[in-house]
Amino acid sequence: MRSIIDILDFSVEELDELIACARDIIENPASYADSCRGKKLATLFFEPSTRTRMSFEAAMYELGGNVISMASASSSSAAKGESVADTVKTVSQYVDVIAMRHPKEGAALVASRTADVPVINAGDGGHCHPTQTLADLLTIQREKGRLENMTIGLCGDLKFGRTVHSLINAMSRYEGIKFVLISPEELKVPSYVKRDVLKNKGIPYVQTTDFDEVIPELDILYMTRVQRERFFNEEDYLRLKDSYILTPERLKNAKDDLSVMHPLPRVNEISVAVDNDPRACYFKQVKNGKYMRMALILKLLKEAGTI
Amino acid sequence: MNVDSIQNGVVIDHISAGRGMRLYELLGLDKLSVPVAIIKNVTSRKMGKKDLIKVDADIPINLDVIGFVDPGATVNVIKNGELAEKRSVPMPETLVNVIKCKNPRCITSTEQELDHVFRLTDRENLVYRCIYCETALKGD
Repeated sequence: MRSIIDILDFSVEELDELIACARDIIENPASYADSCRGKKLATLFFEPSTRTRMSFEAAMYELGGNVISMASASSSSAAKGESVADTVKTVSQYVDVIAMRHPKEGAALVASRTADVPVINAGDGGHCHPTQTLADLLTIQREKGRLENMTIGLCGDLKFGRTVHSLINAMSRYEGIKFVLISPEELKVPSYVKRDVLKNKGIPYVQTTDFDEVIPELDILYMTRVQRERFFNEEDYLRLKDSYILTPERLKNAKDDLSVMHPLPRVNEISVAVDNDPRACYFKQVKNGKYMRMALILKLLKEAGTI
Repeated sequence: MNVDSIQNGVVIDHISAGRGMRLYELLGLDKLSVPVAIIKNVTSRKMGKKDLIKVDADIPINLDVIGFVDPGATVNVIKNGELAEKRSVPMPETLVNVIKCKNPRCITSTEQELDHVFRLTDRENLVYRCIYCETALKGD
């Protein structure tokens, strides 16, 4: 039984396959409208989520399937002390595939080991969020027409941001990728990511605190939120947060075909005025997430012999 | 310094000086009621100084623990006062319930029945990572 815990669970060929499937869904939605007729997805969200949960639900409905879910973690058996393994084992008796979010890192792996149906990790604490990375990859592919040969700027909280680490992992498998890592000193990419991924694979990268200096060379700008709770004092937070706000002013120095991405939710790191810039892709990214989740559900159900 | 030879048991030799106590604890030797000797800072031609552990009882020893703490150590099995077997211990690929994951956000922190499993992910730098949350544990 195949489950998806980490973006690296997929080979590059499988990612290409998923992207091709998502693109076909976009082109021919009607031909997928009954693909999962009579099948059920359970969304097991042990912590609040708006977009990811709705994205999974929308994906399953558009495939002609149904969705069941628990009202909230506080009213579920988890609140009574049931283990993740038992909850998932039980739910897997009712449905064909499970999308699970849990605040604890590694919960998805535990779930996948006991479930009788495929489990999709919809976020396990700060650890992995592979379907966000799938959305990112489809967005890059659709915007650029390729996944190779580009300079990707990652900006903001590069230390704790799970989406950033996943994207580095995923994109470093393609040819001709260069990373520009833009962050305050306190939120630099952890050394193990640099050593294990970038240095090991000989991927060129630049680390900088100067956003304006590097923005002209970027093909992709992936913004992330600088999180207040990471700082010991408010003053540092305010100083650093304000140095990484993307404004129309700043974008003037960027390439005309730059793609600005963000996993959302944003706070103030991208000014609302940027939303009207044709280079802003973050809402397209949300939509792409749904298509990739559709492609993923299809792939897992096919592999499981369910459809 | 002399410690009596053992008749039936295990001698863990060539332990890097200073790691003997850690090995003693992780092997759970402190919980045994059989004679156990830890000898620290013994002069060694090869190593300068080394630690040594002698267990005077034929008990199972978790070789993974030795390979994790000190892959340079050797294990000598003694039977009837004679060396019956001498073996080196490579670093294990996985460690099960040897070390607990200390990441408070790891699922193992709340689900008590789960095994604590670490996998060797970087042999060169002796890095083990929790299979659940990928928190690194450095071999020491």
